[in-house]
Amino acid sequence: MKIIVCVKQVPDTNEIRINPETGTLIRDGVPSILNPDDANALEEALKIKDQYPDTHVTVVTMGPPQAKDMLMECLAMGADEAFLASDRILGGSDTWATSNAISAAIKKIGDFDIVFAGRQAIDGDTAQVGPQIAERLGLPQVTYVSDFALSEDKKTITVKRALEDGYEVVEVQTPCMLTAIKELNKPRYMSASGIANACKAEIPVWSAADLGVDQSVVGLKASPTNVFRSFTPLPKGKGMMLEGDDEKELAHNLLIQLKSRNVI
Amino acid sequence: MDFQLTKEQSFMQKMAREFAVNEVAPIAAEIDITGEFPLENVKKMGRYGLMGIPFPQEWGGAGLDYVSYTIAIEELAKACASTSAICSAHTGLCCWPIFHWGNEEQKKKYLPGLLSGKLLGAFGLTEPNAGTDAGGQQTRAVDAGDHWVLNGSKIFITNGGYADVYVVMAVTDKTKGTHDGISAFIVEKDFPGFSIGKKEDKMGIRASSTTELIFRDCIVPKENLLGKVGGGFRVAMSTLDGGRIAIASQAVGIAQGAFDVTVEYMKARKQFNKPLSKFQALQFDIADMRARIEAARMLVRKAAWLKDNNDVKFGPNAAMAKLYASETAMFVTTKAVQLHGGYGYTKDYPVERMMRDAKITEIYEGTSEVQRIIVAGDTFGK
Repeated sequence: MKIIVCVKQVPDTNEIRINPETGTLIRDGVPSILNPDDANALEEALKIKDQYPDTHVTVVTMGPPQAKDMLMECLAMGADEAFLASDRILGGSDTWATSNAISAAIKKIGDFDIVFAGRQAIDGDTAQVGPQIAERLGLPQVTYVSDFALSEDKKTITVKRALEDGYEVVEVQTPCMLTAIKELNKPRYMSASGIANACKAEIPVWSAADLGVDQSVVGLKASPTNVFRSFTPLPKGKGMMLEGDDEKELAHNLLIQLKSRNVI
Repeated sequence: MDFQLTKEQSFMQKMAREFAVNEVAPIAAEIDITGEFPLENVKKMGRYGLMGIPFPQEWGGAGLDYVSYTIAIEELAKACASTSAICSAHTGLCCWPIFHWGNEEQKKKYLPGLLSGKLLGAFGLTEPNAGTDAGGQQTRAVDAGDHWVLNGSKIFITNGGYADVYVVMAVTDKTKGTHDGISAFIVEKDFPGFSIGKKEDKMGIRASSTTELIFRDCIVPKENLLGKVGGGFRVAMSTLDGGRIAIASQAVGIAQGAFDVTVEYMKARKQFNKPLSKFQALQFDIADMRARIEAARMLVRKAAWLKDNNDVKFGPNAAMAKLYASETAMFVTTKAVQLHGGYGYTKDYPVERMMRDAKITEIYEGTSEVQRIIVAGDTFGK
C-alpha cells in the first residue's frame, strides 16, 4: 500500500502565551512539535506498515525550512520518505490556500491508497485542511476517525467516526482521505536506529514552482480568510455537582436550582 | 570546540526523555519497593533500539555514537536508576566486549539478538575474594579438548537471572598471573553446569537484578572463548573503561532527577510565609548542586566524545568522569533529601530512593578509590 500522511509543525501549546496587546501568539522560545493529531495519523499508517511491510509511508508538510526537523522525527518514527513544501510565496496561506499547495504536493508524490491527516492542528484548530484536500483531489473522506480496520484485499476500510453523542461506522473504498483523532491510537516514539537513519536522509524541499501550483491560489494574498483578532476566551462559569441518593431526589434538587434561577 | 548537541544527539535526548517520562517514571517508585525487574520496559527498550545504541546497524545496533548513549542513560536514570543500570550493564559490559573482542562467528551469533534487546546480556568478573583486586580470580577454566570446563562462582552480577548471555572471566593458567592467566568466555544461560545462586537484597537500584553465578563443571564450547587464551584481563579492563562513562551518566541522571524535583518542591513548600525558594541559604545549595551537575555532565560528555574519537586519553577521562559524577550524585541527592526536610526522608517523595540509588555509583564498575588510582597512575605514571 501507499500511504501519504499530511503533517504540520506547530508550537507546543502547553508552553505558549498570547501577547495581550496584539492578541497574537508569542512564538519566541516556544518549542515546535509534531501536531498531536497528525502523530495519530502517522501512527495508524505505521501500524499498517507493521502488518504489511511492503507498505510505503510518505509524510508531507508545508512550512518554513525548520519544519525539516519535524519531518526527520516522522522518519525516525518509521516513515519511509518525507517532502517539505517551503517557499515565501506559500507563506501566510489560510486553510483554502494551504489545501491548494498540499494537494499539489500530493499529486506530485503520485500514487496512493490512503491520505491520512490529523483532525486539526493545535495552533489553528480549524479542522478544514484535511477535508479541503479531499475535495480538491476528488476523494471520499471520513473525518474524526477513532478506529480503523483494513479489509484483507486492502480495498475497503471500515472506520469508526466519532461524533459528539456517539459514533458512526463508515465503510469507504480506497483511495480515500481520513482524518485521525487522538482516540485512534497511541503514537510510537522515535527509535534509536530510526534517528540515525533520519538524520542521514535527504528531505527534498519543493518551491511553489516545483509543486506546479498556480501561484494565484496560494499564499497570504490568495487567502480568502484573514486572522482578524486572537484572544483568550473568558472562562465559563463553574459547573455545579448536584447530590442526591436516587434519580428522584437528584431531579428534585435540580428543579430547585432551576426554579431559584428563574430558568423555569 | 562545540557544545551543541548534534541532530542525532538531540533527537536521542528527546526520545529517551519521552520514553522515560511515559514508561519508566510511572513505575519507578513501585519497583523500588517490590524489587521487581522491569521486564516489560526492557522489552520495549529493545524494540526502540535502546539496548544497542552505540553499535553499527550492520550488527543490529542503532548506529549512534557514545555521546548519544550517555544522553539516553542519563534520561533513563533521571526517572529510574535501576532501569538505566539494566541497560548499561547489557550494553557496555556484554555487547561491547563481544563487539570489540569477538570474532566474526561470535558477533554473528550473539550481536543481532543482544543489540535488538531480544537477548539480555551480563558480565561476570567480581568474586567473593576478587572485587577491586580483580586479579585474584578463583573461577577456573580447564581445557578439556573439545570444550572448556568452568568451576567457581561470581557475585554481584547485574542482570543475573534475567540475562541470556554472560561474558565471564576465569583463570586458565594460574602460573601466568593476572595479566596473562585469565581468559574471557561467552556463557549462555542454558549451558550445562551453569546456575544462578543468591539474589542480593540491596540498598538501592533495587529493581535491577544482582545475583551470584555458579559454575559447577560448566561446559563451554571451545568457540566461546572471547579473545585469546590469557587475554581475559585485557578484555575485562577495556570493558570496564567503557562501562564507566555509562555509570557516570547514570550518576548525572540521578543527580539531575533529584535536582529537578527539589526545585519544584522548594517553589511549592512554604515556611515562615514564604516558599523555600526565597531563602538565600537554600538558594546557595541549589546553585552548588546545579554547578556540580553541569560540571559532571561536561566530564561525561567529553569522555564519551573521546571514546567516539578513539582517543587514547579516553581511559583516565572516563575515570575522572565517573569519580566526579558519582560523588556529585551523592552530594546532590543528600542535599535534595535535606532540602525536603522530614518529607525527604519518607517514601512519599522520590529523593530518598535517589539517595539510595546514588550510592552504588561510587562503588560498582570500579570504586571511587579505583578511579583515583587510575587518574593518579595516569598523572605520575604507574
